[in-house]
Amino acid sequence: MAKITLSNLRHSYYPDPKGPDDYALKMIDLDWNDGGAYALLGPSGCGKSTLLNIISGLLVPSEGRILFDDKDVTELAPTERNIAQVFQFPVIYDTMSVRDNLAFPLRNRGVDETMVARRVAEIAEMLEVTDILDRKAAALSPDNKQKVSMGRGLVRENVNVVMFDEPLTVIDPHLKWKLRSKLKELHQRVRATMIYVTHDQTEALTFADQVVVMQDGEIVQIGTPVELFERPAHTFVGHFIGSPGMNILPCETQGGAAMFRGKQVALEGEIVPGDGTRTEIGVRPEFVTLAESGIEAVVRKISDVGRHIVVETLIGEDRVAAIVKENAPEKGETVHLNFRPDRTRLYRDGWLATTAGEAAQ
Amino acid sequence: MTLDLRNVTKRVGANLHIKETSLTLETGHFNVLLGETGSGKTSLIKLMAGLDPLASGQILMDGEDVSKLNTQKRNISLVHQFFINYPHMTVFDNIASPLKVAGMAKSEIQGRVEEAADILQLRPMLHRRPHELSGGQQQRTALARAIAKESRAVFLDEPLANLDYKLREELRDQLPELFAGRGAVVVYATSEPEEALLLGGMTALMHDGHVTQFGPTAEIYRKPANVISADVFSDPPINIGEITKQGNEAVLNGHARWPLEGEAAALPDGPYTVAIRPNRVLPRRTSTANVRLTGTVLVTELSGSESSAHFHFGDRNWVSLSAGVFPFEVGQEQEFFMEPAHCHYFGADGNRVA
Repeated sequence: MAKITLSNLRHSYYPDPKGPDDYALKMIDLDWNDGGAYALLGPSGCGKSTLLNIISGLLVPSEGRILFDDKDVTELAPTERNIAQVFQFPVIYDTMSVRDNLAFPLRNRGVDETMVARRVAEIAEMLEVTDILDRKAAALSPDNKQKVSMGRGLVRENVNVVMFDEPLTVIDPHLKWKLRSKLKELHQRVRATMIYVTHDQTEALTFADQVVVMQDGEIVQIGTPVELFERPAHTFVGHFIGSPGMNILPCETQGGAAMFRGKQVALEGEIVPGDGTRTEIGVRPEFVTLAESGIEAVVRKISDVGRHIVVETLIGEDRVAAIVKENAPEKGETVHLNFRPDRTRLYRDGWLATTAGEAAQ
Repeated sequence: MTLDLRNVTKRVGANLHIKETSLTLETGHFNVLLGETGSGKTSLIKLMAGLDPLASGQILMDGEDVSKLNTQKRNISLVHQFFINYPHMTVFDNIASPLKVAGMAKSEIQGRVEEAADILQLRPMLHRRPHELSGGQQQRTALARAIAKESRAVFLDEPLANLDYKLREELRDQLPELFAGRGAVVVYATSEPEEALLLGGMTALMHDGHVTQFGPTAEIYRKPANVISADVFSDPPINIGEITKQGNEAVLNGHARWPLEGEAAALPDGPYTVAIRPNRVLPRRTSTANVRLTGTVLVTELSGSESSAHFHFGDRNWVSLSAGVFPFEVGQEQEFFMEPAHCHYFGADGNRVA
C-alpha cells in the first residue's frame, strides 16, 4: 500500500484552457496516507470522476504530478500503477465460478497456485462467500455479484490503492447497509489505502476516516465525518452533508454582531474580519429547537421519519428546518425557534467566518 | 378517483410473480409501494398500467372494469427510474406530446405545458433538447409530461433512484405538492424506507410478490403487522430476537429479561419473536426501564449526526443507532440499553401479537 500525493493538479478537457471555468479540476493539492480510508464526495460534475481517472492513470492531468510513495507515476499507464478498482456495476465473469473470479487477478499476474488458494480462501471468508465459491457467477444475486467484484479488488495484497467508484449505487438499501459495513470491516482488517468515490453523503461519511468534499472542480473541505458535520467550512458543505442540510439564512452584520430580520443572533464566537459582501447564518436542523419564545416562524411541513421528526418552517421567505424527537406542531402553526449559539456560525461569501467557541473545540 | 385491485395475480411461465393481491388506492395522497428489488413493485405497476395481462382478478377505475383495456385507453402516466424523453424533440414538445396525441387544441396545450413547466422550474429550458439538460432536468421533464396530461392515475416507478442525493431530496420534497389536488391516483414505488416515510400518505409493503401490509405510512411503521413487514420497513435493519415468555417476563436468549406490560403480559407463556428498531437500542441509559444488552462491537459507522454500531449479542448481530457522536471501539465489549416499551412481539406464524 502506498501514500498518495496529488501535487498542484489541474485538468482541462480543452486543449487551450482560457480561464478557471475551462478547468474540470481547478487546483488539487493533497496527501493521502498509507492505509487510510478516504472518500471523494460531491454532486455530478464536481470533478470527482476526473480526479479518480487521473489517479488510476486513465487520464494524464494537464498540470501537476501524482506520486505513489513519493515516486512520480503521472505518466504511467494504469497497468503499471498496481492499483485495483471496483466499479458501480459488478465486473465479473459470468461463466466462471466465484472461486475462479476471485483468483483471476492473481493468476493473471502469475501468482503460484498455493498462494492463490490461500488468498482466495481468506477473501472469501472475509466476504462470507465461502459457501458459494463453486457456484457460477451468473447465478448470483446482485449483492453477491458486487461482493465478488469487491473481492476481486481486494484479493491482491500488494496493490498501491483500491478505488471504489460508486460501488453501491445499484444495490438495494438493506443490502447496501450490509455491504457498507462489510467494506468498513474489511478496511479495518486489511488496512489498505482505499479511495471511495460517491455522491451519497451517507456512504462517504460511514466509510471514510477522511472525506474530501468537492464542488465545481475544487476541494471545498477535507475533514473527518464529524468535522464536516459539526463545523462546515463552506455553506456548500453544510447544505450537502446532513439530511436535511444546514439552514442557511441571509443576515447583516453590525458592530460585530449578526442581525437576522432586525434581531441579533448569538454566534459560536467572534466574527473574523474580512472583505466580502454576502453574509449568512448557518445552523443545522439538529441544533434548532422549538421554544416558548424566539424567532417566529410558520410550520410549512412535518415529516415523521420514524426516529425523529423534521419540522420545516418559514420565516418570511426563508426556510428553516428543525429536528425534534416528539411533540411536533401542526402544519400552519406559528412556532418560536431557538438556535443553539455554540452551533450557530457566520459565513461570508460562503466561507466560515466565525472563530470556534470553546464548545466546538 | 379510485383504483381497485381485486385478487389480481400475474404469471410468468410457471411462476406467480404477483400472488393474489387486493388493494384500494385513492386520490389525495401518495400510495407508496415499498419493497426490495424483485419484490414485485414494478410487476404490480405494469398490471395497473395495462402493460402486462392479469393471470386472474380484476382492476377497476372508479368502479369501471379496465382489466381488458390497453394502456392508452386507461388514461394513465408512467415515469420510470431511467428518464425517458424523446431525444429529437424540445422540452416543450416532450411535455406536449401526450396532449397532441389526445388531439387537444393548440392554445390549451400551450397553457398546460407552461403551467407544468412553471411547477417544475423548466420554463427557461422549454426550447432545449433533452441532451442539453442535466439528469435532474431530464427527470423533471418526464414528471412535467405526467402532470400536464392530467391522467386518472400516475405511476412513478423509483423516479428519483438515478439522481444525485441532494437533488433527490429536493424533488421528493416537491412531489407530493405537485400532484396534490390534481385528482389522479398517484402510485410511487421505492426501495427506500426513509423515502416512504418522507412521502407519507399510504404505503403497501411488498415482499416476494405480495403485499404484506397496507395502511397509513406512519402507522404501519409504528405497528408492523408481521415480522416480514417489520423487516421490509426498516433501515437500518430492525433487530430481531427469539424470546420466551415466562409469567410476566420476557427472556431473550437466556441473557436479558424484562417485565412485560399490557397486551404482551396477557399472552400465553411460550416462545415469541421480538423486534426492536436500532434507534431504541442505545449506548447510553435513557430510563430505569432500560434493559442492558452487553455485546462485542463488530463494526461502527459515524455519520456526524448519528453513530451506529453492529454488535454481537446472543447468537445474532444487533444494530444500535444513536444521535450524535459516540466513541465505539471495535472488538470491545459495550453495554447497550434497550427500551422494552418499543418492542414488537410476533407469534409463531409471524403475525403481530403485541
